[in-house]
Amino acid sequence: MNAATRFKLPPVVMPEQDPAERVHNVREVPLGFTPEMALQEAQRCLHCTNQPCVEGCPVGVRIPEFIQAIESGDELAGIGIIKGTNLLPAVCGRVCPQEDQCQKNCTVGKAHRDVGQAVQIGKLERFLADWERENHAAVIPQIPPSSGKRVAVIGSGPAGLTVAGDLIKLGHAVTVFEALHMPGGVLGYGIPEFRLPKEIVYQEVAYLAKLGVDFQYNTVIGKSITVDEVRKDYDAIFIGSGAGLPNFLHIPGESLLGVYSANEYLTRANLMHAYDENSDTPILRGKSVAVLGGGNVAMDSARTALRLGALKVMVIYRRSEEEMPARKEEYHHAIQEGVEFHFLQNPVEILGNREGWVTGLTVQKMQLGEPDASGRRRPLPIAGQTSNVPADVIVVGIGNNPNPLIPAALPGLQMNRHGGIITDEDTMETSVPGVFAGGDIVLGAATVILAMGQGRKAARAIHAWLTGTTEKAKD
Amino acid sequence: MNTIRKREELGRNVVRYVVDAPLVATHRKPGQFVIIRVTDHGERIPLTIADANPEMGTISLIVQSVGKTTREMAMLRPGNAIHDIVGPLGRPTHIQRFGTVLCVGGGIGIAPLYPIAKGMKEARNRVITVLGARAHDLLILEDDMRNVSDELIVTTDDGSYGTKGLVTDAIRSLMSDGTHIDQAVVIGPPLMMKFTSLLTKELGIPTMASLNPIMIDGTGLCGGCRVTVSGEIKFACVDGPEFDAHVVDWDSMIRRLGTYRTAEQVAADRYDHECRVGLDAGESR
Ligand SMILES: Cc1cc2nc3c(=O)[nH]c(=O)nc-3n(C[C@H](O)[C@H](O)[C@H](O)COP(=O)(O)OP(=O)(O)OC[C@H]3O[C@@H](n4cnc5c(N)ncnc54)[C@H](O)[C@@H]3O)c2cc1C
Ligand SMILES: Cc1cc2nc3c(=O)[nH]c(=O)nc-3n(C[C@H](O)[C@H](O)[C@H](O)COP(=O)(O)OP(=O)(O)OC[C@H]3O[C@@H](n4cnc5c(N)ncnc54)[C@H](O)[C@@H]3O)c2cc1C
Ligand code: FES
Repeated sequence: MNAATRFKLPPVVMPEQDPAERVHNVREVPLGFTPEMALQEAQRCLHCTNQPCVEGCPVGVRIPEFIQAIESGDELAGIGIIKGTNLLPAVCGRVCPQEDQCQKNCTVGKAHRDVGQAVQIGKLERFLADWERENHAAVIPQIPPSSGKRVAVIGSGPAGLTVAGDLIKLGHAVTVFEALHMPGGVLGYGIPEFRLPKEIVYQEVAYLAKLGVDFQYNTVIGKSITVDEVRKDYDAIFIGSGAGLPNFLHIPGESLLGVYSANEYLTRANLMHAYDENSDTPILRGKSVAVLGGGNVAMDSARTALRLGALKVMVIYRRSEEEMPARKEEYHHAIQEGVEFHFLQNPVEILGNREGWVTGLTVQKMQLGEPDASGRRRPLPIAGQTSNVPADVIVVGIGNNPNPLIPAALPGLQMNRHGGIITDEDTMETSVPGVFAGGDIVLGAATVILAMGQGRKAARAIHAWLTGTTEKAKD
Repeated sequence: MNTIRKREELGRNVVRYVVDAPLVATHRKPGQFVIIRVTDHGERIPLTIADANPEMGTISLIVQSVGKTTREMAMLRPGNAIHDIVGPLGRPTHIQRFGTVLCVGGGIGIAPLYPIAKGMKEARNRVITVLGARAHDLLILEDDMRNVSDELIVTTDDGSYGTKGLVTDAIRSLMSDGTHIDQAVVIGPPLMMKFTSLLTKELGIPTMASLNPIMIDGTGLCGGCRVTVSGEIKFACVDGPEFDAHVVDWDSMIRRLGTYRTAEQVAADRYDHECRVGLDAGESR
């Protein structure tokens, strides 16, 4: 097929659950490509020689090559190509912000001046990963003889899982310590089932366990086992403890009954299955729910509220639609499902009744000024313009900070002023020799793919450290 | 597996368990707690580590049946297992030689108070203990507390045992006898903690209270356990559970404990119903 024909092919629409129906269940919204759809979408790739999409991928997945494999009907080869650089394609295909990464650079989209016209790389990635899972085609690699070295991984989020997967394949013994009773970090407790079925996370973890990774749940490093003990028992440590500390707005009324952090709301719903009426863990099912924030965390909370039976769900964001950091697809899904968006509104007070229950909030109308440090235009209050919005549940989803547990337990760690661990950019080694870190604990709340990218870098450096190819003495 | 080794009834609806939890047993300090799930689909609930035996790798948990999960737990027998136990969580109690320490415990709060009183005694403090219960058969751990106290006073609301009255009455009469107290520790029902702390504030006695807000993860992840202390948001699971009782916003904390009252009632009723129609209700009540 020549480039001109390819260029004319329209994007293949992935079937989705109908919005009216899906707000009553927690099943996944996009249903996936059939092999025919995947083939058609793959044919839209122009196979540019300069491969701008690969440039846009934080881990450099060889995108045109896996798309070529789909076109040739060789799914096994395709998934092999992705897995060479990305351990969790079933996850990334679903949750990566492709419109800001690979698809943003796609020549097809650029030529149409519309990123919505780009080759749907993420959906093709998902197709291959789902194909592998559904056909039980995961290849168990040859594991080299044991190196006799032991590595401790703290946290089972995407960063920790990547490190575990890479190092076990190099012959090192790996133990993953996880504070919660289930694996995955945010993939398990945060991102809802309707966006990332937990079964996918479990199967990825089961695969690593099959390769020999030892998972220890209910183990808080720094509490159940001290960091010093871990350092004594293991030859290297990777800290992937994430950014689990929820921020509050520090405005009046945040302790009222019915005010949740998004983490609590999502943890109750996902980790503890509160969406199931028979779950022992309760959750307040508000009729009118206000979600504060504009990122993925806010979108997930708003759409969870609908599935918990809310009649009205509002996202209240202090900037405009333009600056919203959420993935475009989640924003569109939220709109389709009936979530209302109140832009340029800054919450200033949460209101309650005499019994202490939330009744609503006061918002200040904003306008956009000059760009701030983040490069986005700074919201400024318009004097005298405030209004009240009634709500019976409020979810504060304005972001999370690095988890302070490990830094508190390892005083030698150098930290930045946002509470993140400072590391060497290439090796991810911290200020403490033999201790590496990556993911949200380094970056602050970032993305799955960046966490995995740092995990991969760290694994490479840990391997070098363990095999003595780096020149550093163990203290 | 967190196998239960021993089970003992301490009073009406209160059971003491000795259970395998080697990492917790070797790392815990007085004042810390665990979070457990009884079954693999159960709720996560916090329980104080009442005592530990590092050699045996066991901890003791004392549980009062108040709702679905604690009732479910009360059904467990030696040989059964608790599905998940994570800990020790929270900051340990600040134990040092203060001089005379007043330990005030009420209801199930006597369970978490015991390891602290014991620690205070081991730190060579003079320990005066005041225990409050609604009635005699609700009083727990009297003998254990007596063993670690120099003086023990018991009050009951109905006068069925000890002195009739509230713990605050007993503290007042201690003070009027000229007893000097350097530090107080209070653990019990939130209202009791509030009124005890109002009194000790008035009397100028530094006081720590161990708070028991609703928790999920216990690692600082959800913020559900937040309490207001000196006007600031604190997470009881990582910043506490102990705080300076005189600067805790008690009213807000007490209100937040009631967030799920309706849902909890529904869960407990359903559980009771299932027990009655299905399994043998046994000693769940
Ligand atoms: C609601 C929500 C939605 C999101 N949506 C997206 C999205 O669509 N796309 C995207 O790319 N990113 C998204 N993100 C961000 C993404 O999930 C994170 O960037 C990513 O999970 C970070 O991975 P991590 O491995 O660094 O840490 P985490 O995933 O946070 O995992 C850290 C793990 O470490 C454990 N841990 C912490 N301390 C200890 C300790 N002391 N001992 C043992 N274990 C410990 C924690 O329990 C946790 O399981 C979202 C985040 C949230 C909260
Ligand atoms: C740090 C900490 C340590 C604790 N230590 C112990 C202990 O050693 N022994 C013990 O028996 N209990 C202890 N608790 C309280 C215990 O966690 C609750 O009783 C338990 O969660 C109730 O669960 P349930 O499903 O049985 O009852 P639910 O159905 O959840 O609640 C039933 C009733 O108990 C009340 N309740 C619920 N949660 C709490 C709570 N956190 N504190 C007080 N009342 C509550 C509810 O308001 C309701 O009226 C502790 C709590 C905390 C935060
Ligand atoms: S219990 Fe979740 S933050 Fe304390």
